[in-house]
Amino acid sequence: MRNKYSVFSLIKNALSYHENWQRAWKDPAPKKEYDVVIVGGGGHGLATAYYLAKKHNINNIAVVEKGWIGGGNTGRNTTIIRSNYLWDASAGLYDHALKIWEGLSQELNYNVMFSQRGVMNLAHNLQDVRDLKRRTHANRLNGIDAVYLSTEEVKKFCPIINTSPDIRYPVLGGTLQRRAGTARHDAVAWGYARGADAMGVDIIQNCEVKGIKRNGDSVEGIETTKGFIKTKKVGVVAAGHSSVIANMAGLRLPLESKPLQALVSEPVKPVIDTVVMSNAVHAYVSQSDKGELVIGAGTDDYVSYTQKGSHQIVEGTLNAILELYPIFSRMRMLRQWGGIVDICPDASPILSKTSIKGLYFNCGWGTGGFKATPGSGDLFAHTIANDEPHKLNAAFNLNRFVSGDLVDEHGAAAVAH
Amino acid sequence: MFLINCPYCGERDQQEFKAGGEAHIERPKQPTELSDDEWAEYLFMRKNIKGIQFERWNHAHGCRKWFNMVRDTSNDEIKAIYKMGEKPPTQ
Repeated sequence: MRNKYSVFSLIKNALSYHENWQRAWKDPAPKKEYDVVIVGGGGHGLATAYYLAKKHNINNIAVVEKGWIGGGNTGRNTTIIRSNYLWDASAGLYDHALKIWEGLSQELNYNVMFSQRGVMNLAHNLQDVRDLKRRTHANRLNGIDAVYLSTEEVKKFCPIINTSPDIRYPVLGGTLQRRAGTARHDAVAWGYARGADAMGVDIIQNCEVKGIKRNGDSVEGIETTKGFIKTKKVGVVAAGHSSVIANMAGLRLPLESKPLQALVSEPVKPVIDTVVMSNAVHAYVSQSDKGELVIGAGTDDYVSYTQKGSHQIVEGTLNAILELYPIFSRMRMLRQWGGIVDICPDASPILSKTSIKGLYFNCGWGTGGFKATPGSGDLFAHTIANDEPHKLNAAFNLNRFVSGDLVDEHGAAAVAH
Repeated sequence: MFLINCPYCGERDQQEFKAGGEAHIERPKQPTELSDDEWAEYLFMRKNIKGIQFERWNHAHGCRKWFNMVRDTSNDEIKAIYKMGEKPPTQ
């Protein structure tokens, strides 16, 4: 039985110096057979297991993770959550996630620190202005809150932005989604892990998948570093390593894995109470509750699994940040890191069945998967349980690369997801 | 960041180069005969290998010539560089 977190449990545990908190999830050895095995213990994988157990009454589930849970891109992103995408299919997908975010802490009994502080996107040239206005209208038609702001309104909403007309890329306007914001990324993985574990899901860490066993066109199980696990359904949620797993099953995916970098500054007092993104100059920034500026940089253009990335990418982002926010000019950066993101040609994800029965892929989230974590888990669980996609993820099938029915968000929406 | 030995200019900073993706993907000889599946393979499906990968690079801010590279994507180590049209190394 899982103890509930509350102010009373906090007081009770304070009396014993916080030494007797119950484990948030177990550390089981893998069983011989499961109904479903999820490959990848990041936010999306754990959320998938959680919703499979909660909404589809499947409780013989394992999540296998080669490292530790939330140690991949879940712990490496810049925690931005928004749903202001241009196309209807994307709007449906990302707003489904945003609606779940709004009640997630209560549902999981775990504070994911979801903060609807708003996300502002800046326009720096005439085409940006047209694109952002178009996107604002498209969002409103899809029931997503969006407003277009003039330069003065941008300045009023975030006073530290340099809106002077004589900078290299002047701010000509922007959009604002007030329901958007940030959440604590580690807490999302931990909250879903605790919730899934409470319903009997086995979370198996330090267990790397080495092969996928097939019998003709169906899945029979997976080879792992902790032995063979028999299962008829495998859901792969392996982000940057999706192609590696696909190759084990003899599948090819339309993905390229590239390093995406982010960095944080030394902690300072509150200075920016929203998230500001600028696609034209590729700079986005928010401030964590610890006071660090969280800055997202871009991807390198070559395939790499190194979790590093090139120096000039960070340099380019910081140049843009400094021009937009002269107040940051003497701040020091504390840490920089990279994550490996799996990018689709149309910059939209794949949540899909494959040509192999019982093998499902949830991948291609590229540079912007964190915001979709709850929705992705919910819809992927539906797809696995029913062997059919939900109507919200039907457009995100693997077959779209054959039919040509792409969801082209690359240039159309906010590029930096 | 790494140095790249351009076959025409010699060793230069990676910043001068542009990656061009997987190498040796041949344009279909009979485009009109191709099925949708074959088009998808040609246009979108990639090996995306973790390990030794053959790829194309362009010396964009130098001689602007294209060439091929064999690189280990798990540690970014460059194994070989050869000109367009040359046979890829087997080892």
